[in-house]
Amino acid sequence: MELFFIYAAIVLTVIIIIPFYRVVKGPTVFDRLLGAGAIGTKTLVLILLLGFLFGRLEMFIDIALAYAVLNFISTLIIAKYFSTDKAKND
Amino acid sequence: MTEISYTLTIIFVVLGTFFMFIGSVGVVRLPDFFTRSHATSKSDTLGIMLIVAGLMFFEGFSLNSLKLLIVFIFVALANPVGAHALARAAFKFGVKPWFKKKSEDKT
Repeated sequence: MELFFIYAAIVLTVIIIIPFYRVVKGPTVFDRLLGAGAIGTKTLVLILLLGFLFGRLEMFIDIALAYAVLNFISTLIIAKYFSTDKAKND
Repeated sequence: MTEISYTLTIIFVVLGTFFMFIGSVGVVRLPDFFTRSHATSKSDTLGIMLIVAGLMFFEGFSLNSLKLLIVFIFVALANPVGAHALARAAFKFGVKPWFKKKSEDKT
């Protein structure tokens, strides 16, 4: 079963690379933000799988929860900033 | 009993990884910001929920399983809200939605 988790973690690491193309190349700021959010949500799952692999799940779940909250709040705050008129004039 | 939970774990994690892959491909392939947001928000949320549910089957009834349930509920609530806020900000900022060009089809 550990081998299965290792394979799942490797596949997820490969999947994380795909939206990174959009972060580098995206035409607008929002495309980059969307790619960064997608990478963040995939990293959340990767942290959980690493917790199973290391056998210290109770610590890694707290880390994953904090990571999810940070990802959500950063997306909300940046979206709030870009919907104001001040951002449009810059 | 353990074989059943292991099988459920494998099925759920593989399905979730598949949905995450579909969402990532959608982020790269689709033509404009709104379609990309549509692709990644829904399929990523479903993928995370499936993988966390699979890990809950592996863990069984314990405190860690309850924490995983909290992660499950938080992701199910927060991820679509974040995607909606970003799409709304983009629409207010003036990002143009993509339309199929009819003039190019005729020629």
